[in-house]
Amino acid sequence: MPDYLPHTPEEVSEMLSFLGLSTLDDLFAHVPAALRLSGGLNMAPGMSEPDVADVFAGYTAANRATSSSLVCFAGGGAYDHEIPPVVKALSSRNEFVTAYTPYQPEVAQGVLQAIFEYQTMISRLAGLPIANASLYDGATSLVEAVNMAHGATGRSTMVMSAGVHPHWRAVVETFAAGTGHNLVVVPLRDGVTDWASVTATDVAAVVASYPNYLGVVEDLTPARELASKLNALLVVGGDPVAASVLRTAGQWGADIFVGEGQPFGTPLAFGGPYLGLFACSEAQLRRLPGRLVGETVDTEGRRAFVTTLRAREQDIRREKATSNVCTNQTLMAVTAAVQLGYLGTHGLREVATRCAQGAHYAFQELMQHSGIEAASSQAFFREFTVVTAAPADVVLRRLADEGFLGGLSVAALAGDHDVSVDDPTRSIVVAVTEKRTKKEIDAFVTAFAKAVK
Amino acid sequence: MKKAMPGGRASSAPLLGSDTEPTIFEMSQSGRRAFQLRTTGVPALPLDQLVPREHLNPTHVELAEVSERDLVAHFTRLSHRQFAVDLGAYPLGSCTMKYNPKFCDAVAGDPGLNSVHPGAPAHLTQGWLALLCDLEERLCEVTGMAGATLQPAAGAAGELTGLLIMRAYHESRGDQRKRVIIPDSAHGTNPASVTLGGYEVTTIPSDERGLVDVNALRAVLGPDVAGIMLTNPNTVGLFEEEISEIANAVHEVGGLLYYDGANLNAILGVVRPGDMGFDIVHMNLHKTFATPHGGGGPGAGPVAVASHLVEFLPGPKPAMTSEGTYEWRTPHHSIGRVHGWHGNAMVLARALAYITVHGGDGLPRVAQHAVLNANWLRQRLQAVLPAAYDRPCMHECVLTATGIKHNHNVRALDLAKRLMEKGFHAPTVYFPLIVDEALMFEPTETESPQTLEALACALEEIAEEAVVDGDRVRHAPLTTPVTRVDEARAARQLVPTEDAAERV
Repeated sequence: MPDYLPHTPEEVSEMLSFLGLSTLDDLFAHVPAALRLSGGLNMAPGMSEPDVADVFAGYTAANRATSSSLVCFAGGGAYDHEIPPVVKALSSRNEFVTAYTPYQPEVAQGVLQAIFEYQTMISRLAGLPIANASLYDGATSLVEAVNMAHGATGRSTMVMSAGVHPHWRAVVETFAAGTGHNLVVVPLRDGVTDWASVTATDVAAVVASYPNYLGVVEDLTPARELASKLNALLVVGGDPVAASVLRTAGQWGADIFVGEGQPFGTPLAFGGPYLGLFACSEAQLRRLPGRLVGETVDTEGRRAFVTTLRAREQDIRREKATSNVCTNQTLMAVTAAVQLGYLGTHGLREVATRCAQGAHYAFQELMQHSGIEAASSQAFFREFTVVTAAPADVVLRRLADEGFLGGLSVAALAGDHDVSVDDPTRSIVVAVTEKRTKKEIDAFVTAFAKAVK
Repeated sequence: MKKAMPGGRASSAPLLGSDTEPTIFEMSQSGRRAFQLRTTGVPALPLDQLVPREHLNPTHVELAEVSERDLVAHFTRLSHRQFAVDLGAYPLGSCTMKYNPKFCDAVAGDPGLNSVHPGAPAHLTQGWLALLCDLEERLCEVTGMAGATLQPAAGAAGELTGLLIMRAYHESRGDQRKRVIIPDSAHGTNPASVTLGGYEVTTIPSDERGLVDVNALRAVLGPDVAGIMLTNPNTVGLFEEEISEIANAVHEVGGLLYYDGANLNAILGVVRPGDMGFDIVHMNLHKTFATPHGGGGPGAGPVAVASHLVEFLPGPKPAMTSEGTYEWRTPHHSIGRVHGWHGNAMVLARALAYITVHGGDGLPRVAQHAVLNANWLRQRLQAVLPAAYDRPCMHECVLTATGIKHNHNVRALDLAKRLMEKGFHAPTVYFPLIVDEALMFEPTETESPQTLEALACALEEIAEEAVVDGDRVRHAPLTTPVTRVDEARAARQLVPTEDAAERV
C-alpha cells in the first residue's frame, strides 16, 4: 500500500492512545454512521510509482501532437517557444515550487521579490504603471478587465472586437451570466474591426486585440476614439512577445492591458497552467484584481517586499469584493521573470523579430501556391490566416500525416459561423516562432500546398 | 551610467549574510547578455519591412541585461530567502501544505504530456483526453458525484463556476432566485463568488459549538434561496454533524447545496459530499491531491455535480465514444467555457498520478492520518493554546491566543512570527474571523509525530517567553532575511515596480 505517510504502526497506536482512542476509525466517530462510506471507494488499489509510470506511458504514447513528433505551426495564444535549461532549472527550484502565497513576508522574500521584478517587466511591456502578481490565463484576465471597467463606469455593456480570441470571448460571455454584463461583438471586415458599426451606448469597455487572433496588427486609433467618445475604458488584449517591439498598449492609450503570458517560459502543456497578464492605469488601482506586491522596509530599514493594498481583496471585502481571485499563477509569474531576465531587453526583441521574419517568410512562400489565399490584405506580425481550397480540418489532418501541426482551424476555435472571417471552415491560423528553421518552413509549405489539393 | 551591482556577491543569502538582494534591474549592465537562439536560416529582414512603421515602438522596452551566471546567482539567492514545504513543516491552516511527491512532477513533465499544443485536434491528443476522462471519473468517485468539469484554474474559479451552474439550473426551470446562504465562518472567496454569480449573500451565524445553527438556517430559508455554500469539515475544522438536516431543509425550499472542497483532505474515502446531500462540489487539487502550491498558484479547481446538473457543466469536455476513442463534447445546457483552454492540465496530470499511487485503499489513509495529526496536536497544546471549540477536530485545529493576549499582551500574530524563528512556517492567523486571536494549524498527514512534538515544544517555549520576555516575541522574527516589514508604508507610498522606486 504505497503512500507518503511517515507514521510507524507503533506511533499510530501511541498517538491514538494519547487521544483515548483505539482505532483510526474512532477519529470519525462523530460523523453520522449513515453517511459513512461503507464499502470503500470504488477504485483500484494503490500502485507503486514505477507501476503508475507505466500507466502514464500509455497516455503519452497516445498523444501524437507532441513537439518531437509534429513540427508546430499552431499558435492562438499558445506558442512553441524555446525554453532554455537555465530557465527550467531556476523556475523548478523547490523553494519556489512548494511555497504558498507569501502571507508571512519575513520568510517569503524570494517569491515576493521575484513577483516585484515580474510586475516591473509586465508594466513596461504594457506601457502602463501598475501590473498585478498574475491571474489564471489570458481569458480570465479579460474577465477581470471587463469587471474592472464595470466598476469604474457603473455601466454593463462591453463592446468587443471579433478579433479577440474566440475562447476569450466565450469565457467573458460565460461569466457575464453572473454579472449581467451585455456583450456586443464587433465584426471584422478584411481582418480589421469595424468599429464604425458600433451603435451601442452606455458602454463600460471597448475591447481590442493587438495583434488580433487572426494575426493582424490593427490600428487601435479608432478603438481609442470610440472609447473616448463613449467615455468607456479601452482594454487591449495583447501578445506579450510582440509587445517588445510594437507600440505598447499604453502608447495606444489603453486603460487596461491583458495578455496570455505562456510565451514567457511556460511549456505548451495542453493549455495550462498558463499566465494571465494584467496591467492598468493608476486611476484603476483600487479596483485591481488579485495580489499586488509593493516595496517597503523592515524594522532595520532594509528593503523588503510585501503584498499590499490588501483591502481590495476578497478575504476582507467579502461580498463587496469586485474579484474573487486569491490563488493565481505565481510560479508562472516567477518563471516569466526568469525567462525575461534571461532574454533581456535585446533577447526578447530578437525573439519577436525572428517570429515576425519566420511568419512573413512562410506567408510569402505559401502564397506562391494555388488553393491557398490570404484571409485579409492586412499587415500581420507573427501569425497569419489563410483560406484554403479544401476544408481546414482536412488540410490539417493531411499536414499531421506529413509531420506538422499545421495551425488552428478558425471553425474549431470559433465555430462555423463566426463574424471574424468569411468562412471559418476554410480558414487556418498559422503561427511561426523563433524555433522554426527555414528548412522546416520550406517542408511545411510543400506539404501545405499538397494538402489543399 | 549606472553602476551595476555585483551578481557574484552572495551576502543576501542567509548562509553568508543579511544584506539586501539587488533587483535584477540593479544588476543590469548595458551590453551584457545571456540569451542564445537557434540558427534558422530564415531571411532576416528588418522589422520595418515587415510591419508598418506606425506600429513599431520607437523606443526599446527595457527589461534587464544580465549574464547567465548572474541570473542563476540572483534567482538561487532569492530561493534561499523563501520558506517552502520542501524545507520544513508548513502548518498553514486551510491550505493543506502537505508534501508534494516528486514523482507526480516528473510524470507531468514528460514531453508526451507537456509539449502538446492545446489547440491540436482530438485525434492527435487521445492520450490527454483519456487522462482527463480518467481523472474526472476518480474525482466523481471521491465526491460521490455524476460528472465534473476540469476547467476551473483554482478553487475560487471553481466556486464561481459552481454558482453559475446553480444559476443555470434554476433558470432552466423558469425559477428566478435571489439569495445564497453562507455561514459566518466561511472563507472570503465564498461571498465574493456569490456576488459575481449574481446572487445576494445571506449570512447565518455559527452556534456555540462552531457549527451551522440549523434553526438560524431555517429562519432564512425561503423560495428565493438559490442554495447554500458550506465547507465540511467547516473552516474551524469541525464536522457539520447535522448536515443531513441542513441538506433536507435546503432541498425542501428548492435550493441546492454547494460543497466548498477546501477541506476535502479530512474526509477522503471516509464520507463523500454526494452522500451528505451536496449537489455541487469544487475541489482544490493543490490541497487535497498534493500538487505543489507554486508560491501562490497554479492550482486547479474542478467542479463535480450530481446527475441533475451534468448537462449544465462547462464545455467542451472530454468524453469516451462508443468506439472507445475520445472526443470533445459540449453538454446540452452548458454554461460555456470558464478557461482559455482545458484547465490547468499539468496540475490535473499530477493529481491523477497522486490519486493512482494511493488508490482506493490509500486515499482513506491520507484522511485518517491528517485527522490523527490534527487531533494529537490540539490535545498536546491544550494547556498552552486551548482549542476555540472543545470538540474533536478533523484535519485542522483552531486554537486561540486570547489568554496569552489578555495576560501578557502577546498576540496570535506575535506567536506566529516567533514560531518561524524556531524552524516552522506560521499557522494561519485571524481566520476564521469568528474566533478571537485565532491560530489555525493544519499539520497534514505527511508530518511525523517527531515533527509535531517539536512544533508543540516550540510553541510551549514561546508561550513561556511571552511571560518572561514579551518584547522578544512581539519583535519577532529577528533571525529571518528581513524582520517585520512596514506594511502601512507599502500601502501609503505604493511602489509596485522598479520604476516607481527612487533608486539612488
